[in-house]
Amino acid sequence: MRELVEFLAKSLVDNPEKVEVKEIIGDNSTILELTVAPEDMGKVIGKQGRIAKAIRTVVKAAATRKGEKVVIEIM
Amino acid sequence: MRAVEISAKTVEEAIRIALEQLGLEKEDVNIDILEQPNKGFLGILGNKNALVRVEEKFNPVKYSLSFLKNVLARMDLDPQIDVEENDEYIIFNLTGKDLGVLIGRRGDTLDALQFLTNLVVNKKSTQKKKIIIDVENYRNRRKETLINLANRLAEKAKKSGKKIVLEPMSPQERRIIHITLQDNKYISTYSEGEEPYRKVIIVPKK
Repeated sequence: MRELVEFLAKSLVDNPEKVEVKEIIGDNSTILELTVAPEDMGKVIGKQGRIAKAIRTVVKAAATRKGEKVVIEIM
Repeated sequence: MRAVEISAKTVEEAIRIALEQLGLEKEDVNIDILEQPNKGFLGILGNKNALVRVEEKFNPVKYSLSFLKNVLARMDLDPQIDVEENDEYIIFNLTGKDLGVLIGRRGDTLDALQFLTNLVVNKKSTQKKKIIIDVENYRNRRKETLINLANRLAEKAKKSGKKIVLEPMSPQERRIIHITLQDNKYISTYSEGEEPYRKVIIVPKK
């Protein structure tokens, strides 16, 4: 899932080299912490969180297919 | 976009080498002649090669297809992708195994993927064609379902004389309901509530 989040974020931002995804594996779910350049925050969140929501929807679908539970946190 | 700068004896020669390196045809690239060749005086003084810069033209179909394939690969999906292009839309229809996951609940995963693809492609160019992503013709099937639903509920509203509240739908889906019923003399429609819970209401005309 980490690769998927990273690829989506890098495709959306202006500074792909500043994209980082940290994976924190828990008992029940995995947390993916997404960090982007401050000026790119809007590019991954969007108006009323529309972009963030779309990223979460796509990643959740991919995770469900593998029986995983993933939470994305945008830092 | 990929680009190369090539120096050769003539402009034509430099372009030929560049196209070969990029593996592209002339109509797929933009060519900049940076320096004209100079044979020099009697072939001795100031002998200079031509220098050209050849850059791949932005191709929204290729670009969105590559984005889509990359996303799908990271979801462990490898569907067949058929592309259709007209003046308004670029349509990708996906077929294959295990694609239900891509549709999601009432198409919300499909809509999310489509939204992201449009964002990523529009970021790279000013092309205004909308990208549509579909799975096994889901969108048309859903459209037919919505048209049937609209007609059935309009009939019910007309008979009962009571208003009917539909379940929350996306703007595209609400639009289908409104358009289906816009010429119906017995009822009218409007939407109510905030996204993503906005719903269509069908009211009988008095």
